[in-house]
Amino acid sequence: MNFRNAAWATGLVGLVALPFVYREPYHLHILVLILIWSFAYTAWSIMGRFGLVSLGHGGFMGVGAYVTALLWNHLGVSPWIGIPVSMVAAGMLALVVAYPCFRFRITGHYFVLVTLALSGIVLQVITATRDYTGGSLGYTPNRAPSGKGLMALQFDDKTTWYLIALGIWVLGLLIWRWVDRSMSRYAMEAISEDEDAAAAAGVNVTAEKLKITLISALMTALAGALYCQYQMFISPDTVSGIAVSLQMVFAVIVGGLYVSLGPTVGAVITILLAEVLRIGFGTKAVGWDNLVYGLLLVIFIIFLPKGILGSILDRLKTQPKPSGMK
Amino acid sequence: MLTVEGLVKRFGGFTAVNNVSFRVEQGEILGLIGPNGSGKSTIFNMLSGTLIPTAGSILFNGAEIAGHAPHRIINGGIGRTFQIPRPFHRLSIFENVALAGYYGQGRHSRARADEAAERALAMVGLPTDRHASVDGLGAAGLKKLELAKALATGPKLLLADESLGGLDEHEMDQAADMLRKIRDELGITIIWVEHIMGVLMRVVDRVMVLDHGEKISEGLPSAVASDPRVIEVYLGTDADSSQAAAAEARRKAGV
Repeated sequence: MNFRNAAWATGLVGLVALPFVYREPYHLHILVLILIWSFAYTAWSIMGRFGLVSLGHGGFMGVGAYVTALLWNHLGVSPWIGIPVSMVAAGMLALVVAYPCFRFRITGHYFVLVTLALSGIVLQVITATRDYTGGSLGYTPNRAPSGKGLMALQFDDKTTWYLIALGIWVLGLLIWRWVDRSMSRYAMEAISEDEDAAAAAGVNVTAEKLKITLISALMTALAGALYCQYQMFISPDTVSGIAVSLQMVFAVIVGGLYVSLGPTVGAVITILLAEVLRIGFGTKAVGWDNLVYGLLLVIFIIFLPKGILGSILDRLKTQPKPSGMK
Repeated sequence: MLTVEGLVKRFGGFTAVNNVSFRVEQGEILGLIGPNGSGKSTIFNMLSGTLIPTAGSILFNGAEIAGHAPHRIINGGIGRTFQIPRPFHRLSIFENVALAGYYGQGRHSRARADEAAERALAMVGLPTDRHASVDGLGAAGLKKLELAKALATGPKLLLADESLGGLDEHEMDQAADMLRKIRDELGITIIWVEHIMGVLMRVVDRVMVLDHGEKISEGLPSAVASDPRVIEVYLGTDADSSQAAAAEARRKAGV
């Protein structure tokens, strides 16, 4: 256990020190993307691991990004306030959609379909209000006057963003771990198996499911808002919509649904894949990543349902170490 | 302790429980018997909040609980087991019971939940090892786990649903003694639903018999076992004309 803590500490110090040693902007950019998306995928897995498969997270991410940007552009509200407001908005949206689902026992495939509709609705709202949101052409937060970067949460240098993204990523892992070690995990595991039996153990099934959904939605909205602040450009395709939701499911399943670093591994793979396709094939490969995602998803669900990291950790646990190694 | 008045449950046009009233006194074991489909489990599901009664009232220690959500009823002091054990396979045996100890007693603290789990597991005779898997348990073990989960919620009234199905004779006796021990040592009032009349009659203080959703008899085990209406329901013969059937029923009931 101590070895494990030491490994974590060393790794973290290394990650914090990285941008001060290594300044290649493109690689830092990729790392920032990986960290922000890891956080979003971790958010998804916090409920996904308990069988609450949501295809609505693109919607929460879109709300986080667009509400923050719209408040800034139209009302001059600083993202420091805009981000919490956008998270509250996503949280309320999550409650409005999830409460009837949980109250009336809409589970399994039907829950997936309801959340899928949520993604679609958010996407439609963004495109329909194109006078404000720019529709499918995308949206750009106004540049802050020089010297007001901190207030506007706009930074030009990659190092600052890298550190912010790293902090958020660590926060995501801490939340994952907190849930994992709480009684809520017992309750959610029980609920995912048998809601009546969980209720007979005294669990308020609806409240527990709402709690975990709310945590997940708030985190996802934060991820969307930060992505917007970092990229300074959002479009329905990149932060909202069904494709984003599917990408979350794909990444988490590939990385590993039941381990804390699984979503991170998933983010590394999806983002590197997208970059390789983009650089290797350029505009000829637009949309190819989704094709590859789909294929890989099928293959993983059949052959490696615990994901890459989950399967590796399982193998390490079950296989005794060779006697020569210490 | 428990006063049920005019309880009715209809599923569409079918009346599963029709105008059933009964009382349970503090500290007694009430046996609830009846053929398949007579409404025993439906009554249990209404008492524990899984089903909402169509009509009637359920007073538990003077407070109306009919139609309350299951978690509220469990936290109010009514524990239940299921006819077919419903363990959580993704949790260890200990975690199954600790979950009930935590959520069934108002979510106080983890330490208190663990303590409740240890006591409940020791009571039913399961290992208190934290990591033992549910998958290693046989039929008797699963029944014990079911009971331990219910006990960990700290009930004043325990609803034990057909706890003996699938056990051999020796295990049945053990389980029956267990319920008695729970009443004697923990002072928990029990309503026990059971198919196997013999074991039940030996342990309970009073018996209530249901048929087609209606209460047809209630009283001391010996009196109920010789009640012609009960014999008719259980043996399907005209009781008046068949002394042999009555004797058979008494023999079966073990009285």
